[in-house]
Amino acid sequence: MHIPDGYLGPTTCGFFYLAMAPIWVFASRIVKKTLSARQVPLLAIGAAFSFVIMMFNVPIPGGTTGHAVGGVLVAILLGPWAACIAITVALVVQALLFGDGGITAIGANCFNMAFVLPFTGYYIYKTISFNSVVSSGRRVVAAGVAGYIALNLAAGLTGFEFGIQPLLHKTASGQALYCPYGLNVALPMMLGEHLLVFGWVEAIVTALVVKYLQKQDITLLEEGRR
Amino acid sequence: MRTVTKLWIGLTILIILSPIGLILPEHFKAGAAWGEWGAEEMQKLVGYIPQGLEKLAGIWNAPIPDYAFKGWEEKPLPNLSFAYIISAVVGIGVTALVVIGIGKILAKKDDR
Repeated sequence: MHIPDGYLGPTTCGFFYLAMAPIWVFASRIVKKTLSARQVPLLAIGAAFSFVIMMFNVPIPGGTTGHAVGGVLVAILLGPWAACIAITVALVVQALLFGDGGITAIGANCFNMAFVLPFTGYYIYKTISFNSVVSSGRRVVAAGVAGYIALNLAAGLTGFEFGIQPLLHKTASGQALYCPYGLNVALPMMLGEHLLVFGWVEAIVTALVVKYLQKQDITLLEEGRR
Repeated sequence: MRTVTKLWIGLTILIILSPIGLILPEHFKAGAAWGEWGAEEMQKLVGYIPQGLEKLAGIWNAPIPDYAFKGWEEKPLPNLSFAYIISAVVGIGVTALVVIGIGKILAKKDDR
């Protein structure tokens, strides 16, 4: 889901940098108000977890690969705004040090994976786990469902961003300038592979860690609520 | 043991296991992620390299491209796995330090 350099035209790249700028500012303000100093190590772990889980490429035999983002889990533990900052840092490090995701596409990649994913995941988790006890099985299911839907939304959005490129940028002879696949290919491909395979990875990872934390240290699941 | 310590141990295990993310796709003959092809693959897929893509694709030279050391592209899987683990250590180290730095600046000093 890491859009590389050259797949999105300047309009799309600029648009998503502009869209992310106020989100980053707002996230810093909210985190400044809500994050306590003793939660900082957990936030660092959350970012590190997101970084490494994205390295676990899951293959579709003979086809493509994909991976979980781990962002829904970070949002459940520390709230969506803190998660936005943590995942942003992981994505920027991946782009700058490892060339995973383009530097021109950092805005778009952060919008998909550091904004849409943790926010939708967080609110789906909150909605499903409504009023249930923190130690309940319903919370585990809520975490899984939230992970599945959020990753698929992010993937669908990525497919949409790929897919509008041929509409936006073409040479006089009709060749694409950036991503050559239109919405009719990019959207079903990105959505399909995530609905079938990668979404389940995010679901299982999120649910399992929530289940583990219910046993290990349930207070972590009570925080990030404000 | 403190939960944070346990979680760091968990992360260390994930780092050691990370080459699975390299070996499994290789084993099942899976290619790049959709929409993350290099210029050559693009040529094969659509018959040409989009001009804008060709121009922008090389805009950034990452120090450890694709979690492998430069010049190691043709090395066997064990070497690549080693580079993958080192990449995970470096990536996690930098990510965690930056987040701790941001956290230090932003977080409230007093604990409720």
